[in-house]
Amino acid sequence: MTVVRLSEVARVHGEGATAVHALRDVSLEVGAGELVAVMGPSGSGKSTLLNLAGGLDRPTSGTVRIGERDLATVRDLAALRRRDVGYVFQDLNLITSLTAAENVMLPRELDGVRSRLAREEAMAVLTETGTAHLADRFPDELSGGQRQRVAIARALVGERRLLLADEPTGALDTRAGDEVLEILRTRCDAGGAVLLVTHEPRYAAWADRVVFLRDGMISDATDAPLTSAR
Amino acid sequence: MSIRHGLLALLSRGPRHGYQLRGEFEASTGATWPLNIGQVYTTLSRMERDGLVAPGESDEQGRVVYTITADGRAEMARWFGTPIAQSDRPRDELVIKLAMAVAAKEVDVAEVVRRQRTATMRALQELTKAKRAVTQGTAQRLVLDSMIFQAEAEQRWLDHCEAVLKEER
Repeated sequence: MTVVRLSEVARVHGEGATAVHALRDVSLEVGAGELVAVMGPSGSGKSTLLNLAGGLDRPTSGTVRIGERDLATVRDLAALRRRDVGYVFQDLNLITSLTAAENVMLPRELDGVRSRLAREEAMAVLTETGTAHLADRFPDELSGGQRQRVAIARALVGERRLLLADEPTGALDTRAGDEVLEILRTRCDAGGAVLLVTHEPRYAAWADRVVFLRDGMISDATDAPLTSAR
Repeated sequence: MSIRHGLLALLSRGPRHGYQLRGEFEASTGATWPLNIGQVYTTLSRMERDGLVAPGESDEQGRVVYTITADGRAEMARWFGTPIAQSDRPRDELVIKLAMAVAAKEVDVAEVVRRQRTATMRALQELTKAKRAVTQGTAQRLVLDSMIFQAEAEQRWLDHCEAVLKEER
């Protein structure tokens, strides 16, 4: 089952002679249970690709589908993002005045889930990311690696099928970085779909498929393993 | 590095016979360096000649158990105390190949880089899978980590080559 599908997507910033082609003719699918990594130097279009896949930006041409829905036809993209798509960034943006658990509960409460249930859901994903024991701590009482795991929990909470991660291992040392990838990998093995943008080969290597982006185009990709070939 | 230093390190934990040594050697190195039993016994007999190990009694199956000597311990300490020189490592075929590709002029170097990068990434994916499968054995895990760091360095170097070649054009 395809969770997100980009078909012949292009994104141009500006017009005429000064137009910048951030992405050209990119087609990419991520299926349920699949971890796909996008690698490329800065300016290659990685973050643009991720923003389009999650409905944070709209393509100049081509289509983006999440599940069966063409994002061009979705009026309330914010609601779709909250329900279906989780984001993890390098700068984690946890709210400093809320505890770890409250940060994770927030997107659910925004969706109208009562706080008792939201708390239960939050504790379940905090457990999944190995941070349940830190639930009542504030972000500045956590290490960088712990904060990132809480941010991932927030991105996973609820019924989201797609997780988009933009350099989630940014400032972490290699051990903490490996722990982040272990969580993403486990999520995929349980049926989730993850699209990971990274410039670090060691983290890209956790993926089922690695796509190389150069100047806004896919220049190469490692083959999907036979087990997930469709 | 020689096999003998590896065997000395294993023998420093207590007397062992050849098959035990082979098994422990492979477990520690994550089977990245498979030994045949002939190599193990040849090495042991040379070490015995050099006074680094001493043979003891045979066990019930006729296998000779070896013990590390004081000279053996000194040699092991010397080995651990001496850093490996860069020049002791073999030449890297990929480096030579890329240098030659640039020198040959008629070769599409960018294509050589692109293919290699995808192949190295596949290898890196396999290593990462192997690492995830290691549930015990710190030695084995660290060996895989080392191979991961090396493959990663190769990827970075290939990216660097690509960027430099692009400027040159």
